[in-house]
Amino acid sequence: MTRELMISWFLLIAGGIGLVVLSATSEKGVGTIYVKPVPAANQVQTWTETQRTDSAAVFSPYRTAGVWLAAFLTLAVFSYLYKDNVFYKLAESMIVGVSAGYYLVANFWDSIVALLMTELTPQLVRNWALPSLSETKTVDPWFLVPLVLSLFLFCRFVPRLSWLARWPLAFVVGTFAGLRLVSILDADFISQIRSTIVPLIVLTNGSFNVWASIRNLGLLLSVVTCLAYFFFSVPHQGLFGKVSRVGVWVLMITFGASFAFTVMGRITLLTRRFEFLFIDWLRLIDP
Amino acid sequence: MRNVVPLVIAFVAGVTMMLALFVPVLQPLQERASVWFIILAAIAFLIGGTNLLLHHARKIAQQEAGWGFSAVTLVSFFITVFVGLAKWGVPPSDAYPNHPWSGNYITEGAPLWWLYQYIIDPVTSTMFALLSFYVASAAYRAFRAKNTEAMILLGTAFIVLLGRCSAGTFLTSWVPESLEALTFPGATAVIMAVFTTAGQRAIMIGISLGVAAISLRIILGLDRSYLGADE
Repeated sequence: MTRELMISWFLLIAGGIGLVVLSATSEKGVGTIYVKPVPAANQVQTWTETQRTDSAAVFSPYRTAGVWLAAFLTLAVFSYLYKDNVFYKLAESMIVGVSAGYYLVANFWDSIVALLMTELTPQLVRNWALPSLSETKTVDPWFLVPLVLSLFLFCRFVPRLSWLARWPLAFVVGTFAGLRLVSILDADFISQIRSTIVPLIVLTNGSFNVWASIRNLGLLLSVVTCLAYFFFSVPHQGLFGKVSRVGVWVLMITFGASFAFTVMGRITLLTRRFEFLFIDWLRLIDP
Repeated sequence: MRNVVPLVIAFVAGVTMMLALFVPVLQPLQERASVWFIILAAIAFLIGGTNLLLHHARKIAQQEAGWGFSAVTLVSFFITVFVGLAKWGVPPSDAYPNHPWSGNYITEGAPLWWLYQYIIDPVTSTMFALLSFYVASAAYRAFRAKNTEAMILLGTAFIVLLGRCSAGTFLTSWVPESLEALTFPGATAVIMAVFTTAGQRAIMIGISLGVAAISLRIILGLDRSYLGADE
C-alpha cells in the first residue's frame, strides 16, 4: 500500500468515524430532513419541507437520503482539487447520465407533447396529459412537417439514409439565420450605436455638468478606440496603431471587470456549497 | 438532390424568416416556423440521448477502460428517463384530480424533482464553485506575464472586487465626498458606466456584424459547414 493510499484511507475512516460520532451526539440531527403534509384538493397526499420543531413535522427518509447523497457528491467533486480520482469520476458519470435524462424528459413534456402532439393529436393529449387543452382545438396538418423532419433527424443512425438528416438541420440553421440576421442588426448593432450617440456637453438645470460631459466623452472615445482595434482592414501602425492600442486597454478593463464578477459569482457558489455542508448537512452552524 | 435540397431548405427558411419581419402577411408563417424550430431542437435532445446510449453501450460491450463509469452513466440516464417520462410519483394537478397524468413532471417530492434537487443542482454548482480556486491560479499566471494589458486587467479586477464589498467602502471611507470617484465603490461605478459599457458595446457591435455576415452566407449557401465535413 502506497503512502498516498494510506493517507486517503486514513482520511476516509477518520471522516466516517467523525460522522458517526456527530450523528450519535448531535441534538439537531445530522442531515435529517423533516416534512409536513400539504393540504391538497385531491386525495393524493403531498409533502413540503419544514423545521424539526414544527408540530406537524415528520421525518423524511426519502429527502434525508437525498441530502446525504448531495453531500457525498459535493465532497466527491471537491476531491478533484487534489487530483482526478474515482469519487470525482463517479460524480461526473452520474451527472452526465442524470442531466442528459432530465433535459430529454423536460424537452419531451415541454416541447414534443405541449407543442407538437397538441397540434397533431389534440384529443389524445387532452385525455392523457393536458386536460386544460381547449375543446375546440383541432388538428393542424402543417405540424406534420416538423414530425417528418424529426424522423429525418433519426436517419443519421442509418448509414444509407444519413444524408436525410441534413434536411432538418438545414431548416433549423436557415430559420435561425433568417431570424437572427435582422433581429441582431436591430437589437444589437443599431441600438448599440444609437446608445453611443450621447451629448458631449451635458447641461443640468441650465449649468454645465463637467463629470457627466467627461463620462460621455470617455464613453464615446472608448467605443471608437475599441472598434478601431476590431478593424483589421487597415494595418495597426502609426496613429491608428496607437488608437487601437488604447482600445485594447479599454477591452482589458472590460475583461478585468468581467473577471471580477466571475470571481465573485464563483465564490458565492462556493459559500453556498459550504453552507450546504455545514448547515444543511452537518448542522454545525445554526441557520 | 442530396446536396442541393438542404441548401434550398436553408435558403427558403432563412428568406421567409427575414421577409416576415417586413411583410405582415408572412408573420403567422414565421411564428409557426419558430415553433417548429423549438420542436426540432427538442428532438435533437432525443438524438443526443440516443448518441449517449450508443456511445456508452459500446464502451461497456467492448469493456474499454473505465467501462464501469459508463455503466453508472447509463443506469443514471435510464432511471431519470423512466421516472420522468412515466411521471412516477407525480400526483395529478389540483384542477384535474381524475387525470393521473395531469401533474407537472417536476412537482416537489417526485423522483425527478429529487434527482434534480440532490444530484444535478449540487454537482453543477460545486463544479462551478471549483472554478473559484482555478481563477486564483489564472490571476497568478496573469501577474507573472508582467505586461501592461495584464496589469490593467488585474488592476481593474482588484478595484471592482473591492468596490463591490464592504471592505472597499471601509478602506476609502476617509476620501471626501467631492472626490467620490476616487473611492473603490466610486471607481467601480465609473469603470462599469464608462469603460465596461464601451468595451461590451464594441464587442456587441462586432458580434452582431459577424452573426449577420455568417447568417447571410448560410442563407445564400456560401457557408455549408453545418452540412458536415465533406461539404
